[in-house]
Amino acid sequence: MSWLRLALANLGLSRLTSAVNVLLMALGTASIVLLLLVGNQLSDTMSRDARGIDLVLGAKGSPVQLVLSAVYHADVPTGNIDLAEAERWAEDPRIANAIPLSLGDSFRGFRIVGTTPAYGALYNAEIANGRWWSGSMEAVVGATAASAAGLEVGSTFAGAHGFTDGGHSHDSALYRVVGVLDRTGSVLDRLVLTSLDSVWDLHEPATSTARSKADDEHDHDEHDHEDEHGDEHDHDEHADEHGDEHGNEHDHEGEHGDEHDRDEHGDEHDHEGEHGDEHDHDEHDHDAHGHSDEDREITAMLLSYQSPVSAVSLPRQINTTSNLVAAAPAVEVTRVLQLIGVGLDGLRAFAWILIVSAGLSIFAALYGSLRTRRGDIAMLRCLGATRWELFFALLLEGLLLTLMGILLGLLAGHVMVEVLGGWLEQSRGVSFTGLIWLPVETALIAGLLAVGVAAAAIPAIQAYRTDVAKTLAEAP
Amino acid sequence: MNAVEVEDLRFAYGDELTVDVSKFALEPGQSVAVIGPSGCGKTSFLHLLAGLLRPQSGSVRLLGQDLAELRGASMDRFRGKNLGLVLQRFHLIKALTVRENVLLADKLARAKAGGDTVDTLLKRLNIDAVAQHKPSMLSQGQAQRAAIARALVHKPPIVMADEPTSALDDEHAAEAIGLLRDAVSEAGATLIVVTHDQRVRGMLDRDFDFGASA
Repeated sequence: MSWLRLALANLGLSRLTSAVNVLLMALGTASIVLLLLVGNQLSDTMSRDARGIDLVLGAKGSPVQLVLSAVYHADVPTGNIDLAEAERWAEDPRIANAIPLSLGDSFRGFRIVGTTPAYGALYNAEIANGRWWSGSMEAVVGATAASAAGLEVGSTFAGAHGFTDGGHSHDSALYRVVGVLDRTGSVLDRLVLTSLDSVWDLHEPATSTARSKADDEHDHDEHDHEDEHGDEHDHDEHADEHGDEHGNEHDHEGEHGDEHDRDEHGDEHDHEGEHGDEHDHDEHDHDAHGHSDEDREITAMLLSYQSPVSAVSLPRQINTTSNLVAAAPAVEVTRVLQLIGVGLDGLRAFAWILIVSAGLSIFAALYGSLRTRRGDIAMLRCLGATRWELFFALLLEGLLLTLMGILLGLLAGHVMVEVLGGWLEQSRGVSFTGLIWLPVETALIAGLLAVGVAAAAIPAIQAYRTDVAKTLAEAP
Repeated sequence: MNAVEVEDLRFAYGDELTVDVSKFALEPGQSVAVIGPSGCGKTSFLHLLAGLLRPQSGSVRLLGQDLAELRGASMDRFRGKNLGLVLQRFHLIKALTVRENVLLADKLARAKAGGDTVDTLLKRLNIDAVAQHKPSMLSQGQAQRAAIARALVHKPPIVMADEPTSALDDEHAAEAIGLLRDAVSEAGATLIVVTHDQRVRGMLDRDFDFGASA
């Protein structure tokens, strides 16, 4: 016979009340655990994905959107930029490394990124099977993308316009998978990498060696432009006024966000324009015979500084003296996390309200049960229990309720994050796991136990102060 | 050395003198019925003997120990080790079974009698069949036997019982006193029964008329 057995037996006397108290505590605990795990992993993921990237060059528009699209591949790009102009900044002595990115297409929701192998090196990516690309239309696939899309070395697939399923498919020019990457735990896992040439060849028919002009025109005549851009574009008007014989002159105007208006769009158009979902392009006048290297466009350029000191002057210089936007991921991520943090703080406050409610409920339950157990308490003193033993016996009951709630809440929180993580990875490509333990959870347990102690303290003090003779005379 | 020795014991609730006993003594193994009408202060007297109340004056010595010298936890431990109490309402712990109630008393007395001793005691008191029952499932007689088992499990030298026959008919009253007397006698302990029930008179070694003691 132990105090633990006595406490459990006493709690068992009012099973329903005890169960409600445990559930309340579990609900609060699970909510906080869920927020901690998601918030922490979100922050870690964002930091990890932005590691080694000091600055992002992109088209004029929102710096946050530029970073979200070019670093995290979580938003539509702000538009395209002139490769030559971007390279001029990349050659600035203050820049150590520069990685160009060309976006616009996807395969089964996984973005196809035209870039250089340096992009893989940024995340320490290693080939699990196959090799890196060596020519146009060769692709290397991230681990998650490969498994989810069923791609392996030797597979072929057609990229589709836009970043969601349902975009126009480039069926006549197929990518061939030449490599699959090891899992990196970064955004790279969800990407399909290829050379810049692949993107240019696919979207610039005038210079493409793979496709004839006639084929290109045929394909594009059949395009449904709204479909090509999926949910991300809303082409209000498709005017033929840009239909010069090469179809390369266009005027894209757009807005940020999910709704993008493309006011004017030639039937024969340059797909590079489609890369930028937020289009704020000045007119691009292209020569009648297509693009030269100087005319190439990319979506963004990822830069790293030679020295942190560069952060003081370079972004401002780029923003004030060029048509480009220079956005620092560290700054923009902080801004995003602050915005998310406001929401998380609100949810966290709500979770703590649940926990305090659970504490009050435990207090009410113990206090109520103490009133009906006054005779028991007095008898225990008659049998030789000391005041302090009775104090701790009541405290133990409160702690047991709290501990059961905590354990149930921890389990529920971790399971929820694991399930949520699996679902998000499938549907959004964002990965969370519940199979981790954060140091802050240990502190959380201590805090929650303190709530349990506080809830049981007053009933415990009452047990300590029980007047045995008076209680025995009065107790039923 | 007397098992119980009381001298000039006085206790009052406010201005009302409830207990006034000039001399009361019991030798080891003796049994006594403290008899008096309801409200005369018998239960207070019992509480004073058990160290649950502190007298305004006088002394109580149990087994040679002056209770005035014991405070707090040491008083609780002394009581747990040396006294067995059977209260009028039994106060069995509702959440525990009969067996667990008895084991708990053994634990609190730090006697370490153990499960076998408890089972033997329950059998001797003829309640082994309800050992796993909660108090709410017991008859009055079974609950009383369980309370007696709890009072005796740690073999205390002194057993005190408060109104053990108050709710019983003549037959069961005699049986209850007989059970207590025999069980305590078997353990060689001293028995004090406090009661207003005149039927108890003559059932124990001595009768002590509480009203007449002052």
